[in-house]
Amino acid sequence: MSTLKIFKKRKNVNSNSIWRQPLAIVGISIIVIWFILAIFAPWIAPYDPYSQAGDKFVPPSAAHWMGTDELSRDVLSRVIYGARTSLPYALLLVVLSATLGSIIGAISGYFGGKVDSFIMRLTDVFFAFPGIILAMAVAAALGPQIRNAVIAVTIVAWPIYARLVRGLILNAKQNDYVTASSLLGSSSIRTLIVDLRPNISGPVFVLAALEVGNALLLLSGLSFLGLGAQPPTAEWGSMVSMGAINFDRWWVGLFPGLAILTAVLAFNFIGDTLRDALDPRTAKALRN
Amino acid sequence: MKEILNLKDVVVEYERHGQKIRAVSGVDLTLKSGEILGLVGESGCGKSTLGKAIVGILKPTVGEVTFDGMKVKKLTRGQRPKHLRNLQMIFQDPYGSLNPRRKIGSQIIDGLLVGGMKKAAAMEKAVEFLARVGLPKDANDRYPHQFSGGQRQRIAIARALAAAPSVIIADEPISALDTSSQAQVSNLLVKLVEEFDMGMVFISHDLSIVRRISDRVAVMYLGKIVEIGTTTQIWENPSHPYTRALISAIPHADGSSFMPSDLPGDVPNPMYPPTGCRFHPRCPVALPACAINEPEFVTLSDSRKVACVLQKAGTPPNSMIIPG
Amino acid sequence: MKLLKVTDLTVTLATSSGDAQAVRNLSFDLGHGEILGIAGESGSGKTMTALSLLGLLPYKGRATGSVFFDGREILASSKREYRDIRGKDIAMIFQDPMTSLHPMLTVETQLTEHLRHHRKVSKDSARQIVLELLNTVKIPDPAAALRAHPNQFSGGMRQRIAIAMALACEPKLLIADEPTTALDVTVQAGILKLLHQLRDERKLSIIIITHDLGVLSSLADRIMIMYAGSEVESGKTSELLTQPRHPYTKGLISALPGLSQDGKLLTSIKGMPPELGNFASGCAFHPRCAFAESSCSQALPPALDISDSHRIFCPINPFAQKSDITS
Repeated sequence: MSTLKIFKKRKNVNSNSIWRQPLAIVGISIIVIWFILAIFAPWIAPYDPYSQAGDKFVPPSAAHWMGTDELSRDVLSRVIYGARTSLPYALLLVVLSATLGSIIGAISGYFGGKVDSFIMRLTDVFFAFPGIILAMAVAAALGPQIRNAVIAVTIVAWPIYARLVRGLILNAKQNDYVTASSLLGSSSIRTLIVDLRPNISGPVFVLAALEVGNALLLLSGLSFLGLGAQPPTAEWGSMVSMGAINFDRWWVGLFPGLAILTAVLAFNFIGDTLRDALDPRTAKALRN
Repeated sequence: MKEILNLKDVVVEYERHGQKIRAVSGVDLTLKSGEILGLVGESGCGKSTLGKAIVGILKPTVGEVTFDGMKVKKLTRGQRPKHLRNLQMIFQDPYGSLNPRRKIGSQIIDGLLVGGMKKAAAMEKAVEFLARVGLPKDANDRYPHQFSGGQRQRIAIARALAAAPSVIIADEPISALDTSSQAQVSNLLVKLVEEFDMGMVFISHDLSIVRRISDRVAVMYLGKIVEIGTTTQIWENPSHPYTRALISAIPHADGSSFMPSDLPGDVPNPMYPPTGCRFHPRCPVALPACAINEPEFVTLSDSRKVACVLQKAGTPPNSMIIPG
Repeated sequence: MKLLKVTDLTVTLATSSGDAQAVRNLSFDLGHGEILGIAGESGSGKTMTALSLLGLLPYKGRATGSVFFDGREILASSKREYRDIRGKDIAMIFQDPMTSLHPMLTVETQLTEHLRHHRKVSKDSARQIVLELLNTVKIPDPAAALRAHPNQFSGGMRQRIAIAMALACEPKLLIADEPTTALDVTVQAGILKLLHQLRDERKLSIIIITHDLGVLSSLADRIMIMYAGSEVESGKTSELLTQPRHPYTKGLISALPGLSQDGKLLTSIKGMPPELGNFASGCAFHPRCAFAESSCSQALPPALDISDSHRIFCPINPFAQKSDITS
């Protein structure tokens, strides 16, 4: 009976609204550029990233736009090739931790009781540690390899998804449609998969988008500490590490650092816009 | 008409802030196939809670619900037993009873898939059910938000039909709808009851609609049924003082200067119900004994049941002249 | 002289697809101590009519026409002038009493504050007045009620407190928008009885807005039926409800479950009321009308007097009788 329906127009929120947001456009463009660079690296990069011909520590010049590093390798080429390591691993990380965290969170939220208490206490423990410390511990224990760094960061990152999904499930459980499914004879597993999953995938996706930046930072951080990508792999984090040691050769660390910065910012822009688009309250503001 | 639903001494308690609240305090009820039983009462009477207990969403603290000869068990994490799936519910909120992220078709066939039917055959059946409730077959591919409240209720009914229900508990199914949708959904339920010889418990606070479609009516007050009889009996000659108050509070849209009578006071807090007859503090004809003894549920000569000390078993309804 | 005379009221609202008229050339009046019921489905414009009388239209909404209240024109009032009118001359209560009541303040604070905003009274006098008001609206134990918060009361009691607040500054007109829709039927009866009493004892004029014809039958002296922002029929309650003449009114009455006893199936008017901005041309009801002819879509329907206390807006007048003034 509301008479103030004047401003209501129900529209399915789809990605069209994302295209209208400037930040998201910037973010997507940056990521697309990095992907193109990563895929076509062998044709785009001016030099072989491992080639040590030429001089060490050449400042940015016409021949080497970003200079060369401590082993005479072209920084620009290494930055471009670095995208081939950093980006895919960051995305893999997010997929792994989101999946693991969602499943754990779903079990926790749906079954409740002791299972739920146990899992929540577990996430409390994980949250008590700063991510990088925990990741360092795991990576160090497993041995310095990029694969182990991925495992380490996954272990650090899953709780945040678990918490989210648990909350979403607790909420969704209360809806009549879940009761209706049970009345029809649906089992819990079926309800979880068929009824509840579609309601949690949206927010999980948004969280994942926001977390890619974090994942990239953690991964780079581990590599910076020597626990991730091993030399001679071109990886932004380890490159920044060498840059920190050779601080006076500012180009060695700055460019890979900027690469990390742009990628993380880009993912954050996309994630923020996605979140606004999916939240019914801010979605309206976006559409007008 | 066979008896398809039987409630005996049903008590439903729940906890809130550490305190136990008895929402339903001892209800006996029967329902036959092909019959529509209206369950009415005002806020706090427990009719919705009773509806949930009948279907198994809540477990009776005491007492038993028997459906088609079998005891109704509470919903668990496992699958609801096959024989209980013929006992279905329609919910009040048309927006919460359908999953916003699933297509209509997939939601309607849930009952069929769980029963072992293959997807292709189930989708064909879904089209049949949609037609039965008056919706076109392309609705299968759409999402709930593309439909109005009335249409969503009809979809919810189609979904319930997939379980071949013999009893439907309709918990305020039309309260959230506009007038024309109310008529449509109500008519649909009436037709389905007749077509499938179903029993239906129609829970509602809209007395006018209950009067039109129910065969019998049960009136609840503060967790207890105070009177059950045929619709005609209840409306034309209510015997319980609360029923009288309820009926005479209904406005008449006939242009006469009929002023509905009000019932002074408030519904007591279910945590602290009055002693004796729960209605006695507000009852215009209460006797001193009413504060002490809870009245028995007696059967009058016209087969209706009422719980009031002024009515004697086996006699016609006492028309209760107000003493004084 | 009439307390309220509304002439050609038109309310235009800003929607996401442009301007739309929620109320179109509406005219009605109200005498002192008279109760007028405005009935219609959602989208009929009944609430916007009420809000325009109080200058409470939504952002970018505008009203034109004339609202002559208590001897003066108030439609073009400034914000400050409206603030004076609201509560003091015209008060309003809503379907949800919590629209008027603050959940965090005690009853005493809210009511006395409101009172002292409009009238120059001391704190003690205000308290006295509020106590009397709570008595008038039949709140049991008013002294205890003063110290309580609104959420400690039932829905019916809250509505009574909202009415007390509305009466605090002795308005001449009370507008009640669906005041009992959310209440149980016995509680509703209490509120209707109270409103009736207030009219009898204080000569309070009331405009009651609802879709429930039963409520209007009990309370209103006259009824105006609205559809798509315009009046379709108005008249004395008994006349209008026993002899409805407009096809829409007839449809509404036939759809009432309580009145006819023919079997279990309910009837309703085919189709749905139109959405704002999508009104049909000419008579907005013609797409759903069984008696519509081509002339109905071409021009706005003229007023036809049935008697001197009953009129309809319809070019066809399908149920015309010889006794009608205009046939």
